[in-house]
Amino acid sequence: MAMSGIEIFKLLPKTNCKKCGQPTCLAFAMKLAQRQVSIDACPDVSEESRQKLSDASTPPIRMVTFGVGDRAIKMGEETVLFRHEKKYYHPCAISVEIKDTMTDEEISKTVADILDSDIERVGQRLRIDAVFLNNTSNDKVRFRDVVKLVSEKASGLPLILSTDKPDIADEALKSVADTKPLLYGVTKDNLESMCDIAKRYKIPVGIIADGLEEMSQLTERLKAKGILDMVIDTKPRSAKEILTHNTLIRRAAIKKGMRSLGYPIITFAQRDDDVIETLIASLGIIKYSSILVLSNVRPYKNLALFTLRQNIYTDPQVPMQVEQKIYKIGEPTDTSPLIVTTNFSLTYFIVSGEIENSKVPTRLAILDCEGLSVLTAWAAGKFTASRIANFIKESGIENELSRKEVIIPGYVAMLSGAIEDKLPGWKVTVGPREANALPAFLKAWNG
Amino acid sequence: MGSTLPLETYPGKVNEVTIGSQKIVSIGGENTLPFHSFEGNVPNKPVIAYEIQDVPPDDWHETLLSAYGDVTKDPVKWAQYCEQTLKADAIAIRLVGTHPDNQNKSPEHAAQVVRDVLSGITIPLIILGSNSIEKDAQVLVSASNAAKGYNCAIGKAQEGNYKTIVAAALANNHNLIAMSELDVNLSKQLNILITQMGFDKERIIIDPMCSALGYGLEYSFSVMERIRLAALTQNDVVVQQPMLGDVGMYVWKVKEAQALQSDMPRWGDQRMRGILWEAVTAATLMLSGAELLIMRHPDAVEKIKSFIDDLI
Ligand code: B12
Ligand code: SF4
Repeated sequence: MAMSGIEIFKLLPKTNCKKCGQPTCLAFAMKLAQRQVSIDACPDVSEESRQKLSDASTPPIRMVTFGVGDRAIKMGEETVLFRHEKKYYHPCAISVEIKDTMTDEEISKTVADILDSDIERVGQRLRIDAVFLNNTSNDKVRFRDVVKLVSEKASGLPLILSTDKPDIADEALKSVADTKPLLYGVTKDNLESMCDIAKRYKIPVGIIADGLEEMSQLTERLKAKGILDMVIDTKPRSAKEILTHNTLIRRAAIKKGMRSLGYPIITFAQRDDDVIETLIASLGIIKYSSILVLSNVRPYKNLALFTLRQNIYTDPQVPMQVEQKIYKIGEPTDTSPLIVTTNFSLTYFIVSGEIENSKVPTRLAILDCEGLSVLTAWAAGKFTASRIANFIKESGIENELSRKEVIIPGYVAMLSGAIEDKLPGWKVTVGPREANALPAFLKAWNG
Repeated sequence: MGSTLPLETYPGKVNEVTIGSQKIVSIGGENTLPFHSFEGNVPNKPVIAYEIQDVPPDDWHETLLSAYGDVTKDPVKWAQYCEQTLKADAIAIRLVGTHPDNQNKSPEHAAQVVRDVLSGITIPLIILGSNSIEKDAQVLVSASNAAKGYNCAIGKAQEGNYKTIVAAALANNHNLIAMSELDVNLSKQLNILITQMGFDKERIIIDPMCSALGYGLEYSFSVMERIRLAALTQNDVVVQQPMLGDVGMYVWKVKEAQALQSDMPRWGDQRMRGILWEAVTAATLMLSGAELLIMRHPDAVEKIKSFIDDLI
């Protein structure tokens, strides 16, 4: 549970000795509450207080990572139950299952599809994050070979190895332990030997238990053995159970400070029907899963899930924005229209989409308005005549145009006179209010 | 752990609204967050209404039109197809033809279409204007009169036109859909204005404004969550209404639902993509509190229904 600066202050020596580099104990407490300093900076704090403070400063849901390098996956550290309270932190990782009973060709094809799953959206690169390798065959050699095959074909892609047999896990891990895979398959029955393996290879584990109660006992047993990096699977089957388990786990960790359930959740979304699978995965994205396992790679499914994840994980205080610049749509010439609007990603999407629909090559000048929509930016004083005029001037776009005319959104018609005053030689045209009227408008403008 | 499970109960409860006269549907009535039947009472499943229009749609994607065939040319046949073949639980007729920029059809036309559709079906009807503030103020009045006795839901009443629409819904004993723009306080304010006219707050459905996946869905999601939390945790009677997700209309105009695979090779099959876009948008809004969903593609509706069954 997070503590306030005042609560922390009460536990400090209150001598204002400055050894921590802060002018007073209170100042230090305030910094500590914001996690800007470490309690270790105060040499005089009592052992008891230190313990209390370190408990309070560890996040209610432990951060766990797997994989290495720039594709490594971070999970956990969430602090709220509802996204309007505070940004959700580490976007849920999306993985695809590969069974070792598939043929090598099928496996290679799936890996290729995973590696080719990138989609660019609002300046973010979205893709399948990991592979879930399932030891369906129960065969040690086959699993080891498949793990090798996949790790060679998809080097850098984080792996989840799924087996509950310690000897099979051990054999498979020999070749890939340095890529820090997640070993999924710890149960109450294999706990001892799986823990030894996880310790030896220094890798995180996935625990399987029947429900929340058994899970909280198992995580405590692992913790006692010195294993802290875990993800948990309480085996929910239906959508109802996923919603119930995930909600109760998140609540127990965040509201009740229950450390034994404060771990990232892995959710299995595989279903026979593609749409249903996508809906189950959507439930996971919305309701607190940290890893999702899908059954296959389908571009339409990826697009929907990546987009949902991006929506749910945006910062509610900072709208999604696109870069300020003049975008070319189609191949505009010196007589093509020039449109100006704000850099709110939604505004950009809608307006650029309608320009594309019009098939009229156009320049779209996007002014940085801190991600606000046209009217919101206008009301906030960010989409003003002088800012628009300066942007057009400084862009140098003048040299590319023979027809010096700029089209502004209908909702800010009142700005047209002032922009003309500030842009001598230019004509300002007021466009329609709604973007869906743009195709007709642009065709007429061109005509 | 058993007894230490962090279950929560809430002082507030969502109103139950019943629509229809022959066959009826009820929405709302729960005293807990969406689908939290593990800690509260969830008496009704979300209801899906099929969207139809008063005039043949001229902007519906081929993927949608081909799911219906010729019936979209006639609102009565279309409604009957939804009830009889698709086994719809409810129908939402959108009077787009009355919009000044569309065919500018008269309020009398709207009344006639509503009367015809009502006499052709037994399931509940939701009557929606064309979202022209001025025109809806007339169209929804005559449509409301024409539907007297059928216990419809009628809307959308907005800040700029609620007065005539509320009066007509009151006079003809309909439920009312109240729409505000993505803001908890605007929604409260509109509900207060409506109830000040003597309209029963228990017969309002809130439309906090829908958005499609990728197009501001996070705003709709969080506004719905906040409205629902205010209703339950603060027992705020002003916002204890069930909520509407007007999904199909918003989804099927976005590029991701429409673009052909030949134009967007990395996005995959267009038909599946469109259906998924509608289903995922609907599921997201349901999980944040929408109990009434207006949808277009029959396959998306069917999948959402089985998803609801899996959630209940
Ligand atoms: C969500 C929202 C917010 C969000 C911001 C979201 C964001 N990223 O911008 C938040 C909550 C932060 C917000 C804050 C405020 N908001 Co506000 N907000 C809205 C709301 C509900 C939706 C805005 C939106 O997302 N629109 C969607 C985008 C895509 O619309 P758009 O950019 O206008 O683009 C459309 C058209 O303009 C057109 N278009 C765009 N570019 C171009 C270019 C050309 C050439 C053409 C032809 C067309 C075109 O295409 C798009 C689709 O048709 C509107 C109400 C509404 N329905 O507009 C109020 C609204 C814009 N907000 C308003 C106000 C007053 C404010 C605040 C000042 C409120 C306050 N007192 O605090 C603050 C200011 C913020 C600040 N930093 O100071 C008022 C503005 C009033 C006015 N007429 O000036 C509105 C209209 C609400 C109202 N009715 O009062 N707001
Ligand atoms: S070092 Fe410790 S005791 Fe000294 S001022 Fe800093 S917090 Fe206070």
